[in-house]
Amino acid sequence: MLSAKITCNSHGQDSSYFIGWEAYEKNPYDEIKNPNGIIQMGLAENQLSFDLLESWLQNNPQPAAFKNHNDQSIFKELALFQDYHGLPAFKNALVRFMSDIRGNTVTFNPNNLVLTAGATSANETLMFCLANPGDAFLIPTPYYPGFDRDLKWRTGAEIVPIQCSSLNGFRITKSALEEAYKQAEKQNLKVKGILVTNPSNPLGTSLSLHELDLLVNFISTKNIHLISDEIYSGTVFNSPSFISIMDVLKNRNLVNTEIAKRVHIVYSLSKDLGLPGFRIGAIYSNDELVVSGATKMSSFGLISSQTQYLLSEILSDNKFTKMYLSENRRRLKERHEMLVQGLQKSGIRCLQSNAGLFCWVDMRHLLSSKTFEGEIELWKKIVYEVGLNISPGSSCHCSEPGWFRVCFANMSEEILVLAMQRVITFVESTVKKNSQSRHQQLLNRNASRRTKSLPKWVFELSFQRELIATDER
Amino acid sequence: MLSKKVLLDSHGEDSSYFVGLQMYQKNPYDHVHNPSGIIQMGLAENQLSMDLLESWLAKNSDVTGLKENGGSIFKELALFQDYHGLPSFKKALAEFMEEVRGRRVTLDPTKIVLTAGSTSANETLMFCLAESGDVFLIPTPYYPGYDRDLKWRTGVEIVPIQCSSSNHFRITKCAIEEAYKQAQSLNLNVKGVLITNPSNPLGTTMTHEEINIIIDFCLDKLIHIVSDEIFSATVFSSPNFISVLEALHKRNLEDSIVNNLVHVVYSLSKDLGLSGFRVGMIYSNNEKVISAATKMSSFGLISSQTQHLVSNIIGDKKFMKYYMKENIKRLKKRHEMLVSKLKRIGIKCLKSNAGLFCWVDMRHLLSSKTFEAEIELWNKILFVTKLNISPGSSCHCNEPGWFRICFANVSEDMLNVSMQRLKAFMETSCHDDVCNARRIRVS
Repeated sequence: MLSAKITCNSHGQDSSYFIGWEAYEKNPYDEIKNPNGIIQMGLAENQLSFDLLESWLQNNPQPAAFKNHNDQSIFKELALFQDYHGLPAFKNALVRFMSDIRGNTVTFNPNNLVLTAGATSANETLMFCLANPGDAFLIPTPYYPGFDRDLKWRTGAEIVPIQCSSLNGFRITKSALEEAYKQAEKQNLKVKGILVTNPSNPLGTSLSLHELDLLVNFISTKNIHLISDEIYSGTVFNSPSFISIMDVLKNRNLVNTEIAKRVHIVYSLSKDLGLPGFRIGAIYSNDELVVSGATKMSSFGLISSQTQYLLSEILSDNKFTKMYLSENRRRLKERHEMLVQGLQKSGIRCLQSNAGLFCWVDMRHLLSSKTFEGEIELWKKIVYEVGLNISPGSSCHCSEPGWFRVCFANMSEEILVLAMQRVITFVESTVKKNSQSRHQQLLNRNASRRTKSLPKWVFELSFQRELIATDER
Repeated sequence: MLSKKVLLDSHGEDSSYFVGLQMYQKNPYDHVHNPSGIIQMGLAENQLSMDLLESWLAKNSDVTGLKENGGSIFKELALFQDYHGLPSFKKALAEFMEEVRGRRVTLDPTKIVLTAGSTSANETLMFCLAESGDVFLIPTPYYPGYDRDLKWRTGVEIVPIQCSSSNHFRITKCAIEEAYKQAQSLNLNVKGVLITNPSNPLGTTMTHEEINIIIDFCLDKLIHIVSDEIFSATVFSSPNFISVLEALHKRNLEDSIVNNLVHVVYSLSKDLGLSGFRVGMIYSNNEKVISAATKMSSFGLISSQTQHLVSNIIGDKKFMKYYMKENIKRLKKRHEMLVSKLKRIGIKCLKSNAGLFCWVDMRHLLSSKTFEAEIELWNKILFVTKLNISPGSSCHCNEPGWFRICFANVSEDMLNVSMQRLKAFMETSCHDDVCNARRIRVS
């Protein structure tokens, strides 16, 4: 009666990522009404710089009111504007903004830009353009859980992970790429390309030049595509500075080559500008056929002309965008440090990161067992007992249990402070519980050996030693 | 290197419908700057009532200014990406659609899925209801965009239900059964019937009889009905619009299995002329469809900024009552203008009571009763007379000589100019025909 797409649940929304979200919806924290509720730290939203945008809107009321610079109404033109080539003024402003984010080391041609209703639509559209059902894209782990739905569900494309490991800070290696490719071959899947998120979600790191070179070499050898989802490019708040794949192509003199035609960028204003509700996404490609095909496909998810116009005005205000980018980065950096230091007080470390709206947090030492069951057990405790919705690494396809993504830009400072306090309390009680149980175990053993029991502090000390030993690994 | 979808040009955009649109874009008529340019009569837009909306906007600046109760709601809207949609908008939409249906049906807002335009709604429904290779039956003539929207990325096939001018293109039981047999003979699995009611390009509303034929057929075969009711508020004269939901209600079929098989598509692109804002929706009583379509709408959500605006417009019931009445009055007047002016130059239209266009009979102007002759005539009208109208073949009409001419996207002046051009063209053609006829007689 209905299509297999509906009945087989391949929309990927059963994962813990979405379950945690639901748990939060049922019991959300509220300072007054529900102070013991769950604090949302699983949503990668940027709520830090709305005041800047609100102030711009206050000073520039015309665009939202459908008025142009001469205070004339352009409502009719906008209401009727459904050209899938997009509002030219908006595309021009958007490519300029993208270039600014990259320190103007590269420029983008607005004719190579396709507008889509969010990056979700952009990514799916690219799959429809580049892959046939059953073809595979390789994606480094850990990756954004939404990709399982966005890239695979209606397209029939497959994902094969490029396994990255904490041993080298989850960096992409040549052997990991080759291993993933072989894996795909073993499964009789035709590899059409690689998709990377740069800066990475959930790692919060930007790809190194070495990694980018590896990727370019690999796609060149294998004659496949590279999609670079650069949705977090404006959130790089620390060195090293962001290196876009376009920078690499330029520096290696590969612009206008066949390789450059196989490189496609996805962008969106959902993270950098904090506007996920406005559905503003884009595909940038050097391949005419891809641009042409994707443009027609964008009919299925055009950006509202009302929104295109508003954003074209905001982004055309270069003085504002420059100030916004710089101030936004500063606030993200501050918030990032708060989270990192707050977790450190609880003896919890984060992967060193320079971008994004989250930290990749190492809680391996808190696992009852070094397994994914142990990870989910810990995650449930953190969601339901501690009251923090964070994302377990397994939902991001991480190959090692114990890592969690914790967001820092979607709540107020006060709530973040409260969250950190809850973590401290939780860790202290866990240490206490573990040391007590350890104490009890030793007592039992000692009792059977009839040795004198040791004071509590000795056991606590030995547990601390174990913690330190784990960190040093 | 690239997918088959991109390489095979199966997007359906080579048809004359799209070619005409492109030609217009290169040489558009402008009263002052380009008075000999192409007049666009191939785009079913509603430009007649924009002033009413503009006047509403002027009185409700808080809404566009994203202010509510003295405070800014910018942040809430900017962050709102819930694919369940803005509740206030869905409520207002349900109530508006009930009004359009004369309150003869009740609509539940939780059964609405919002999508970026009906283009997205139609494709999403195909993904939900059919596998690649399955078929939907569609009465001809139909909207050319369906070839892309329903088939391209979904792999779904369309088999036409052939309708004929001999009975004013009404759907018959025989025609549906014939189409079904066609599909079966091609070893294709029929998943449903898709109708546009009121019809594009005919501009007619479906009769009780037709809707019941379709319901009976689908009940018998246990297949889906997708009713695209995008022109539902453009019905300017009798008979009244009968939604498929109303027909189900009248026949007490709401608790039957067929209730799970009926899905309505709607949009504000035609009734309110807001095609640029991408406001579409799916309405279904089938929970599984609603659930899946909701998730799929992630690929084409409506901007929250726009949801907020239109929710306030259509939620203003006093305004909407006035708008609907005035809009219909203007559409009726414009329709009559086109019909009477065409009549004066010896061209008839299919009798219609809705839509933004007329289905025009130019069979007598064909040099031969063939589609080649139709395209020849279309070319002349496009390149010589400089009118972009849509040839029936682009709408899969099975009889050559019919054209769709839009009347609501041009000013009165442009309509007059276009009719003058057509008149001149007719006179020259007649003259040529008479001369040719004489030449033939003489030789």
